[in-house]
Amino acid sequence: MGRKVPSLVAVATFLLVACGGGTGTPTTQTDVGITADSISLGNTIAQSGAAAAYGTIGNAELAYFNYINGQGGVNGRKINFKILDDAYNPAQTVPLTKQLVEQDQVFAMFSGLGTQAQTSVRDYLNSKKVPQLFVATGATTFNKDHDTNQWTLGWQPPYQGEARIYAADVLKNHAGAKIGVLYQNDDYGLDYLKGLTDGLGSNASMIVDKESYDVTAANTAAQLTKLQASHADTLFIFATPGFTIKSLVTVTLLHWAPTIYLNSVSNPQVYMGLAKKAGAALTNVTSVGYIKDPTDPQWANDSGMQQYKTIIAGCSTCKPEDGFNIYGVAVAYTMVDVLKQAGTNMTRKNVTDIAANKLNETNPFLLPGIKVKTTSSDHFPIMQEQVITWNGTGWTLQGSLIDERGTIK
Amino acid sequence: MNLQRIRMAPPRYWLVGVVVLFLIGFPTVISSFLASEWAQALILAIAIMGLNILVGYSGQLSLGHGAFMALGAYISAILAHHYKVDYLLTIPIAGLATGLVGFLFGIPALRLSPLYLALATFALAVVTPSLIKRPAGLTGGVQGIGVVQPDPPGAVSNIFSTITGTAMTSDQWIYYVSLFCALVLFWVAWNIVRHRPGRAMRAIRDGEVAAAASGVNVRGFKTLAFGLSAFYGGVAGSLYGLSTGFVSPDTFPVSLSIQLLVGAVVGGLASIPGPLAGAIFAYFLPIESSQWVPNQSWIPAQIAATVKNAGPAVSYGVILIVIMIFAPNGLVGLARSGYSLLNRRLRGATDRETGQMPPDPQTV
Amino acid sequence: MQEFLQQLVGGLAIGGIFASLALALVLIYNAMGLVNFAQGEMAMLATFVAYALVSQGMSYWIAFPVTLVLAFAGGIGVQRLVIKPVERAPILTLVIITLGLATLVNGLAGFIWGYVPRSFPSPFSSESVDLVGVFVSYRDLGVIAVSGIVLLAVYLLLQRTTVGLTLRAAAHHPEASRLLGVHVSWMLALGWGLASAVGAVSGIMVAPILLLEPNMMQSIIIYAFAAAVLGGIESPPGAVVGGLIVGVTINLAGAYLPFVGGDLQLAVGLAIIIGVLILKPNGLFGRAAVRRV
Repeated sequence: MGRKVPSLVAVATFLLVACGGGTGTPTTQTDVGITADSISLGNTIAQSGAAAAYGTIGNAELAYFNYINGQGGVNGRKINFKILDDAYNPAQTVPLTKQLVEQDQVFAMFSGLGTQAQTSVRDYLNSKKVPQLFVATGATTFNKDHDTNQWTLGWQPPYQGEARIYAADVLKNHAGAKIGVLYQNDDYGLDYLKGLTDGLGSNASMIVDKESYDVTAANTAAQLTKLQASHADTLFIFATPGFTIKSLVTVTLLHWAPTIYLNSVSNPQVYMGLAKKAGAALTNVTSVGYIKDPTDPQWANDSGMQQYKTIIAGCSTCKPEDGFNIYGVAVAYTMVDVLKQAGTNMTRKNVTDIAANKLNETNPFLLPGIKVKTTSSDHFPIMQEQVITWNGTGWTLQGSLIDERGTIK
Repeated sequence: MNLQRIRMAPPRYWLVGVVVLFLIGFPTVISSFLASEWAQALILAIAIMGLNILVGYSGQLSLGHGAFMALGAYISAILAHHYKVDYLLTIPIAGLATGLVGFLFGIPALRLSPLYLALATFALAVVTPSLIKRPAGLTGGVQGIGVVQPDPPGAVSNIFSTITGTAMTSDQWIYYVSLFCALVLFWVAWNIVRHRPGRAMRAIRDGEVAAAASGVNVRGFKTLAFGLSAFYGGVAGSLYGLSTGFVSPDTFPVSLSIQLLVGAVVGGLASIPGPLAGAIFAYFLPIESSQWVPNQSWIPAQIAATVKNAGPAVSYGVILIVIMIFAPNGLVGLARSGYSLLNRRLRGATDRETGQMPPDPQTV
Repeated sequence: MQEFLQQLVGGLAIGGIFASLALALVLIYNAMGLVNFAQGEMAMLATFVAYALVSQGMSYWIAFPVTLVLAFAGGIGVQRLVIKPVERAPILTLVIITLGLATLVNGLAGFIWGYVPRSFPSPFSSESVDLVGVFVSYRDLGVIAVSGIVLLAVYLLLQRTTVGLTLRAAAHHPEASRLLGVHVSWMLALGWGLASAVGAVSGIMVAPILLLEPNMMQSIIIYAFAAAVLGGIESPPGAVVGGLIVGVTINLAGAYLPFVGGDLQLAVGLAIIIGVLILKPNGLFGRAAVRRV
């Protein structure tokens, strides 16, 4: 039997080739995905399923690339951006990424979304030496482990870095605080918790209780009741927007009035408005920001914000007030910036090198003063954020930017 | 004598031969990427065959088969990652261990009515990702576990490169591993359903009391069906982890269980070719509905956009309902009735015995 | 002690939510011996309809009954369209169809309204009552009170009206009812309509608390299954009591059993379902089923 197999294969092959089924194999070149007049980028993101709310980020990025193409593209090349829907499921991210790399021959993957999803293709992309740039997750590993995964880089402030800013703020303004933490029991929540604990350092015993919840939970009342009973006077909520809103409401109805710290993912004004409508008191709420909030009136006449409004008008399905869209435009701005800098040397290696080691830009969609910066020893593009407090109708910027650069080793 | 037997073989043997040859030769002419997609479709076919044994043949409904796949995938990934066992060796281990768990699960399931069993297994599918997260030291928690995709062994690789002129990739090797498992497991399933266990299961499905009265060991065969079905799920899960190169809680959402059910129903319950047809359908539907449909100029733009943006959930839902109402025997049922209609036309009224087993009556 | 009481009250509050959906499940079961896997999704869809009406400027108090009527009609429509053709098919077929319906409705709602959570108006104040240091919100009390009213209405309808009698007869003795001239099939449709309307009440009551989005009912439905099973799947009062017990159990287990913690509450729901089905398949309030030979 074993002897027969090859001949069977040959017969089958012959049949198929004879029927015209052959497609030929691709030839490799140093600058796959770059032609005289185009650059092709690929992206996987959740556009259906439970996490589909993120899907608009891809469309906003496309709107920005179209805007740039309308102005003549990058050094004469138009950006070709292909978005595929992975439904937030790593088992789908893998084949779709292979499709983009092997079949569609993209130059680089840009802004792929989701920690598990992007972890699932990190080894593959690095082994193929395909850039995996500016992944849309704040999981610290994508920046911190750049040295072992040289083709991978994050963009947004890592969750740990953000949590360190809260720690610094607590130590400065509420030195005797008794801290209770509510966190989601995944990479996202755990990363925040680690950053907070590290940031408090020798004062980590200020944390009197920490309670986790699962994304499948109906509410977080049981956890908040425990935290309240632990006599914490400062509450950290490291949760996704839906759970944050519910938690803020629950805190109010428990007649509990702690100082509250919210993570930046859940602080857009839209969500704060929902929490208020649902009955949350929203007193003493602190968070941090790094992106300009499109619903914040203080940016109404800001040139970056006006540019954003023009760009996002090019996307028929994007809601301009949705904070995810300005995120998409901002990260796409950095990508275009990197490609521009690469100039005539459009190799994967050079582009990745610029992104990871030579970035130094002022991004018009981020808060004034923030530098998007990388060096050969620091691969965290954004490490500055500003503390903001809720004033009843909007966020007020407090003090100046806090820089956590170099703290995550 | 042998030639005689081959010449007399019923047409479906020829069909099987052609399909097998096709599946063997296919990857030599398509890209490595397409081979990796087809490998996943074959892996789904194995899981769906397992579900088919349980639902189609023994009449017990499981809405949580993704949980068995998760178990198989994690057993393999943990053995390979923590204990450095060769991944290919872990495939049968994962299958057997999952089968054992399925067998044990089948014992309490005996006490449940079909409706309650559906309820309990559905709840299991929903809870699976949370359960995986808990023993984080073992499962890697939400970080998941990376699976190293093996290089093809030299001999196989040589044959492949002689034929195609290019070196074999690990995706192509994984395709052949999956194909080998699928062929063996389909052959096993075919033998089981043709012989005593299959007849017993179908008797139970069509009437438990009558089956018991005619001496069938109802409890034994129902649990056996559960164990077998979980074995298939475990092997499929193990291969799924291998072809994805990564396992994590979100790899096994409740929608995976629904995808398996769609495959089983679309292909045709209580049939052997059904799971293969159903798997190809259920695997490529979400991919093509978001990629092929929007590029078709003949599909009205509004409809194409709806299909793309609504995601596979809507299509799956519509298909489940339409198939159950209009074609409860699935694609295979349709093909069979089409074939017998054709046969009758060709042979006239005096339809002679074809030697073919009558298709299963409506099974669900 | 204070904390324990608060956990208890919090459990009752969330339990009220489970109970309201479990009631609808029980109604369908009584009408045709089926668990409707799409019950939660249908309730979510009805709530989105109410949301659309309210955001068109319709008053809440008009939108509420209008939605109930639409949900009732929708339930009947669904039964006529997808359930009737397979009415006599085995339970497997019916379960797969309701699961298909659940997938379809969830995807459709996501496509139409997106996945960003929305706030939904409530007739009850968001304030909470202070019961000697233990707090419960008017909205949670409202859910429990409305569930009680729905339970009473269902009871009166089924036990005290001719329609109710016919409905029960059609469900339990379809052949005899047919001989007596009852339109059995339409009675089943009526059962679907009622369950759909009861589900809509549940959706509208819980949306202000859970925030309206397509996956709003996805974790709730598992607990509602647990509640219905625990109460005995054909008993409406059982569904309410079951819901409250499930709510209290998951809250207390989450708070005081370290190996459960906050993250395995859903697994407790699963454990309740499996445990009850194996140990006491008829639940707390169910009658023992007789196996016909």
